[in-house]
Amino acid sequence: MNKVVKNVEEACQGIQDGMTIMLGGFGLCGIPENSISELVRKKVTDVTCISNNAGVDDFGLGLLLQGKQIKKMISSYVGENDEFERQMLSGELEVELTPQGTLAEKCRAAQAGIPAFFTPAGYGTEVAEGKETREFNGKMYVMEEAYKADFAIVKAWKGDTAGNLIFKGTARNFNPSMCGAGNVTIAEVEELVPAGELDPNEIHIPGILVNRIFKGENYEKRIEQRTVRQKS
Amino acid sequence: MALDKQQIAQRIAQELQHNWYVNLGIGIPTLVANYIPEGIDVEFQSENGILGMGPFPFEGEEDADLINAGKQTITALPGACYFDSAMSFGMIRGQHVQLTVLGAMEVSENGDIANWKIPGKMVKGMGGAMDLVASADNIIVAMMHTNKAGASKVLKECSLPLTGVRCVKKIVSNLAVMEVLPEGGLKLIERAPGVSVEEIVAATEAKLLVEGDIPEMTF
Repeated sequence: MNKVVKNVEEACQGIQDGMTIMLGGFGLCGIPENSISELVRKKVTDVTCISNNAGVDDFGLGLLLQGKQIKKMISSYVGENDEFERQMLSGELEVELTPQGTLAEKCRAAQAGIPAFFTPAGYGTEVAEGKETREFNGKMYVMEEAYKADFAIVKAWKGDTAGNLIFKGTARNFNPSMCGAGNVTIAEVEELVPAGELDPNEIHIPGILVNRIFKGENYEKRIEQRTVRQKS
Repeated sequence: MALDKQQIAQRIAQELQHNWYVNLGIGIPTLVANYIPEGIDVEFQSENGILGMGPFPFEGEEDADLINAGKQTITALPGACYFDSAMSFGMIRGQHVQLTVLGAMEVSENGDIANWKIPGKMVKGMGGAMDLVASADNIIVAMMHTNKAGASKVLKECSLPLTGVRCVKKIVSNLAVMEVLPEGGLKLIERAPGVSVEEIVAATEAKLLVEGDIPEMTF
């Protein structure tokens, strides 16, 4: 099984205006930098993005926001992205704020063929409005449905030609749950090796959940909040 | 004297118990890690995907692939592990984390909390807060008792969109430690050094039960 495509252009083939795209990453950590640049270059518009955050003003998904390419964002945290907050408050951008664990589980459910699940998160808040609620063992839960996405784009540390993936540190975050959660899953990796070189015991995501894999270039890996301590 | 943010964190750290897994929110809660009592071993979970979170790295040793939920660069302690977001919230929803400490814009006397949105003005998003408050058994809120204009943030009912209902167990503010009673209402447990019961009552809109002598916090 060979999942390798030659570059980011080939990997992103078929992504069109109006599609729903899942993108891994938490803040700027573990985001598919190459693919985001390609979406900017392709100028796809009216897309719905499912991603925990929307980057910062001038990096990550913030680049797509700047170009007004995003119609709707599905995220848990707007945070310190001024352009995101501005477009949301002015109504230019449709935003569906979702609790972080629910967002992760809606991806995982899509990956695993589970149409919906019950979670306590958001019960009694505006997140639960219009959704079915149910009591289990004396506690109230909200029904949440699996996402449906045209593409899922993830970033891994190492991958092999069969699409098997290994993540590094907290750059793992949403990436594993998004693999196989879209109709087509694209994985960009820092290191791409022939199948057989990764220890099967160490693989985080089996290649069956990945359709296209390529070696990314020039990772910037920007740090959002550089915090250090002094040597005493 | 009302407590400063460091002292609020220091007081909350006294609540830590040996062998607890603890999730600290952004802001004052993060500071709790600086005051772990001697002889107590706790492990910090950050919901973006690490257990065994350590201190900030030394300059030059920052790793862009290793951050906490506040997007700050961190280190991993021996025995740490990384996991994906679905697993992370699985351990939170599954109540495997013993204590959650988070900030609040408002809390109410029945334990409701609001901390993610001011309609029309500010929307940060709930991040993991809704999952944490809906799931955790033990939730301590770290907050300032009043806003900049002096109005109480400890209310009969929250005025802002809620993050969770009937979930807060304890509030540690710059003025007091209060417990949320199971039947609703708050009970004053301790006051900040030099702060009188009357000052606390005046700064509290919520129903506040005051029984007997209220001791000062000790550090």
